[in-house]
Amino acid sequence: MSIENFIFLLYILVLASYCGFELIAKVPPTLHTPLMSGSNAISGITIVGAILCVREGEVSKYLGMAALVLATINVVGGYAVTDRMLQMFKKKKS
Amino acid sequence: MYIYIEITYLIATILFIVGIKKLNKTSEARQGNILSAVAMLLAVLATLVESQLLTPVETFSCILVGGAIGLVWARRVEMTQMPEMVAIFNGFGGAASLFVAFSDYWTRAVEQPDLPTDLITIISILLSVLIGAVTFTGSLTAYGKLSGKVSGNAIVFKGQHLLNLVLLLVAVACGVLVAISTGSVTAMIVMGVISLVLGILVVIPIGGADMPVVISLLNSYSGMAACTTGFVLNNSVLIVTGALVGASGIILTQIMCKAMNRSLVSVLLGGFGATSGGGAAGAGNASDMVIKEVGVEEAAMIFDSASSVIVVPGYGMAVAQAQHVVREMMDLLEKKGINVRFAIHPVAGRMPGHMNVLLAESNVPYDKLIEMEEINDDFGNTDVVLVVGANDVVNPAARTNPASPIYGMPILNADKARTVIVSKRSMGVGYAGIENELFGYPNCLMLFGDAKSTLTKMVGELKEM
Repeated sequence: MSIENFIFLLYILVLASYCGFELIAKVPPTLHTPLMSGSNAISGITIVGAILCVREGEVSKYLGMAALVLATINVVGGYAVTDRMLQMFKKKKS
Repeated sequence: MYIYIEITYLIATILFIVGIKKLNKTSEARQGNILSAVAMLLAVLATLVESQLLTPVETFSCILVGGAIGLVWARRVEMTQMPEMVAIFNGFGGAASLFVAFSDYWTRAVEQPDLPTDLITIISILLSVLIGAVTFTGSLTAYGKLSGKVSGNAIVFKGQHLLNLVLLLVAVACGVLVAISTGSVTAMIVMGVISLVLGILVVIPIGGADMPVVISLLNSYSGMAACTTGFVLNNSVLIVTGALVGASGIILTQIMCKAMNRSLVSVLLGGFGATSGGGAAGAGNASDMVIKEVGVEEAAMIFDSASSVIVVPGYGMAVAQAQHVVREMMDLLEKKGINVRFAIHPVAGRMPGHMNVLLAESNVPYDKLIEMEEINDDFGNTDVVLVVGANDVVNPAARTNPASPIYGMPILNADKARTVIVSKRSMGVGYAGIENELFGYPNCLMLFGDAKSTLTKMVGELKEM
């Protein structure tokens, strides 16, 4: 990775972190648990990295496959359970 | 081709941000979650295209297996077990980052040693392995504590902090070795193993009452792990989303710490449960306490003659599955013209906002749930407070007893009400392991027994009145 590229990625990191702080500071306490399980699902974005690993050599491929299974559980399970919770919050209106 | 993939990543990033933004409102939150899931799907599809699927069978079978496990798990989990589930999923996320970084390292060190590897990449790999491993075993330990498989008490031993420091230094030394020579596989493995051990050691000294803090902190770590993996793979979508999660975890951690009037450092250094467990003085007070018991019929009469009631729900209520009876009781009382509200302490339950979810599950309207700051001054004008399965969050010792481990923690002022009725199984201590002096107060009545059965009987009594 070139140093220019690295600095560019650091810019992205700084801006995204700031963006994250701003977005999340406003979430009401009622939604903190869904927020947490939702952001937990988002952290499963490592799934993207895992897919890229599965194509390589033997050992690294199996590591990638293990990562892929775990990350998919995290992503699918996280979104599904968050949806389940948020559904309960919605029902109240009726 | 490449440009389309990057554009898809960009769209995914925007959707992630909009999705989180929508979580600000209860009415739009579900839509936000779906947007974020769509973003994830886009990112995955783009990556599948980019990787050109040299091994489509393996890739898809892994996704199918993982997806099926995740889906079944998410459907079956009890809402009271939410914290355990979040903890273990966090662990999986951390482990995935660990494996990805290690896989990338293995390629560079063993399988394709002629691949150019620069210092920035190798440092990113090292960080990713370290954070991923700590998140993995730390989360598993938190899971163990929450589900009762590991003692919920703080586990502390002499020289613990020193041991952690030494281990960290050894890990850093190994990291330096790896950075100097990419081929030092042994050093890499030693560092990975030490990181795994560190994850356990960092979480075991943290007592049960501090678990909400730990969970949100580990959540933050799993984001950071994804973020460092982004630096390893030179992938911007990983960096952005990892940073979003990292930030969210840190904010929630801050909120939790504030709610308990504890600094993050004191939580991490641990020993909350340990200090209180050693508080023999607290146990001594208990024997001096004069406790007044109340029966179901009498309690029902007290409620019947009240004009305002505040319910203080705790995790104990949810475990006893009493939240549905509590709601039924609320409906009955409201029919009699009694104002009923719920007072929610920020750390009620086992993770931030957990109590709101548990009450939402039993259809308590969320405008009935009042946050601590807003309701605390109203306790003085309230006839009856019903405490169900909550303990530490109504302990006046937090205000009055500087020797108490929870001294300084903001609490619900339940003791200020005219009458407090505490539904509790026995005189056992709460999650923080501390005696509650409220139970000895002259205005406090104890309603012993399983919350679900006593409250069901009370609902029966109320119906006949």
